[in-house]
Amino acid sequence: MSADFLYGIEVVINGMMAGVLYALVALGFVLIFKASGIFNFAQGVMALFAALTLVGIMEGQVPFSHLINAVFGTNIHNFGWEVPALLAILLTLVVMIVFAWAVQQFVFRHLVGQAPIILFMATIGLAYFLEGVGDLMWGSDIKTLALGLPQGGSIWVEDLTSGFGGADFYGFFIDKLDMVATVVAAVLVICLIIFAQYTKQGRAMRAVADDHQAALSVGISLNFIWVLVWSLAGLVALVAGIMWGAKSGVQFSLSLIALKALPVLMLGGFTSIPGAIVGGLIIGVGEKLFEYTIGAPFLGGATENWFAYMLALIFLVFRPQGLFGEKIIERV
Amino acid sequence: MLDSVEPYVTADGRTIGGVLMDMRGITLRFGGVEAIKNISFDIREGEIRAIIGPNGAGKSSMLNVISGFYHPQEGEVWFRGEKRAAMKPYQVARLGIARTFQNIALFEGMTVLDNIMTGRLTHMKTGMLSQALWYGRAQAEEVANREVVERIIDFLEIQAIRKTPVGRLPYGLKKRVELARALAAEPKLLLLDEPMAGMNVEEKEDMSRFILDVNDEFGTTIALIEHDMGVVMDISDRVVVMDYGRKIGDGTPDEVRGNQEVIDAYLGVAHD
Repeated sequence: MSADFLYGIEVVINGMMAGVLYALVALGFVLIFKASGIFNFAQGVMALFAALTLVGIMEGQVPFSHLINAVFGTNIHNFGWEVPALLAILLTLVVMIVFAWAVQQFVFRHLVGQAPIILFMATIGLAYFLEGVGDLMWGSDIKTLALGLPQGGSIWVEDLTSGFGGADFYGFFIDKLDMVATVVAAVLVICLIIFAQYTKQGRAMRAVADDHQAALSVGISLNFIWVLVWSLAGLVALVAGIMWGAKSGVQFSLSLIALKALPVLMLGGFTSIPGAIVGGLIIGVGEKLFEYTIGAPFLGGATENWFAYMLALIFLVFRPQGLFGEKIIERV
Repeated sequence: MLDSVEPYVTADGRTIGGVLMDMRGITLRFGGVEAIKNISFDIREGEIRAIIGPNGAGKSSMLNVISGFYHPQEGEVWFRGEKRAAMKPYQVARLGIARTFQNIALFEGMTVLDNIMTGRLTHMKTGMLSQALWYGRAQAEEVANREVVERIIDFLEIQAIRKTPVGRLPYGLKKRVELARALAAEPKLLLLDEPMAGMNVEEKEDMSRFILDVNDEFGTTIALIEHDMGVVMDISDRVVVMDYGRKIGDGTPDEVRGNQEVIDAYLGVAHD
């Protein structure tokens, strides 16, 4: 096999692993949109906030320390302890569940039955609010997420695959963190699917996603289900925050990953979990492959920044309901 | 616990027990409009109770009060001998009151079987983890729930469409699936909101037969709303007649048929 072909395969593999991360962010959108019809603009900020909280808890930072110091003239910043990663993740999850409850209790409970645009506006407000709270709570400096996740290229994979090609092929270069992220995302998705298909709460969630009135009549509390989906979206945000945070540091730009999820949603449809996964993979592989075959040689590179949006535009023209959405038929 | 009234046996051999649900002085207002004006009536265990009346009489509002979708400004709702506090619809459902809707509320994206299984949600008691892992009691519970559902599917003769997504079914079958889902909850009281609306004669006959059979075989107490007098008179034990939010008649179909006010409401009355 020629080295070019083999490097092409490597590009596809790397694209798939990037795609899984896009899918992870898109999943958070799909969960909430399906169950409540809310397009949650705050999903990216939730990932940022979750990552900030995780780092803060792990490093034993005092929340709101700048505020406390400014008001009381004290000088506290740190509790002086360090929390083990696993415990910190669990605590962060608790914070995200409290956040989910608060969002339902103080915002969306009062907006039931409002037009989608109003719910959307509320999530924009929520995004800015959460961003501010995150800053105030944990400070705005760039943090590193030291979870001890493996980093760098996997020598093992490189050695194993170097025999595939000739002398000009040195084996697949695969990032270890990407591998971990892929496995974690896959496990998370499988758990979510099992939860939705086989548990009572999951069935209730699917029921609410389909018809609110009917769900009420079979004894499902809408409020509970909405807190549940926001909590699940919080969990997904936490996982996405960990993976992206470990990759590029915990900073404001983390919240912009939500923008990468938009083309994924256009491809996969806003209401389909498999759609989010397949859409993520297509975008991930597509942008890497485009860059490798056309972008870098002919267009001067850096096509990854816009390729996903262009693909989404093409989809909007020819198949606006996405790959898995129901065909839109207008009856006259 | 039921209020003490003498049980009796109907002509076709069904036993009608004590009072299951008692509505006392219900008044419901929307702003300045009184949709229901001080109405009292009861529903006895094992009977088929109909609420009829012309369009806009307040029948659906009454059903929504019973099922917790509306909350009356005045009056009390007594269920099984106890005064019911103001409840949300899902809490009412958990009490054992199932309902169908006039314009059908089904989970269109799910199959018929999944739809009916949602009716069993209030009967699922095992934990989330054991359900996810399909282990121990959760497995036994799922099998038991499936048996109940299969029995209802057989009973309502919808075996052939069990795996069909509900969205693809014709109107008449959707109504039947909705009835099946309500039945799956094994309700103490079954509320049917215009079960025969928009059906042709044949479908109406089928639905009437199912309602009678459900009442007979499962002993389910049924309260139904109907617009069309003819069918209702044939299948119900007692009838409440409403007009402009007031109760104008209450009794057996024969009693109601002879009631002058009821005749006026349905046929109109000459003003001179």
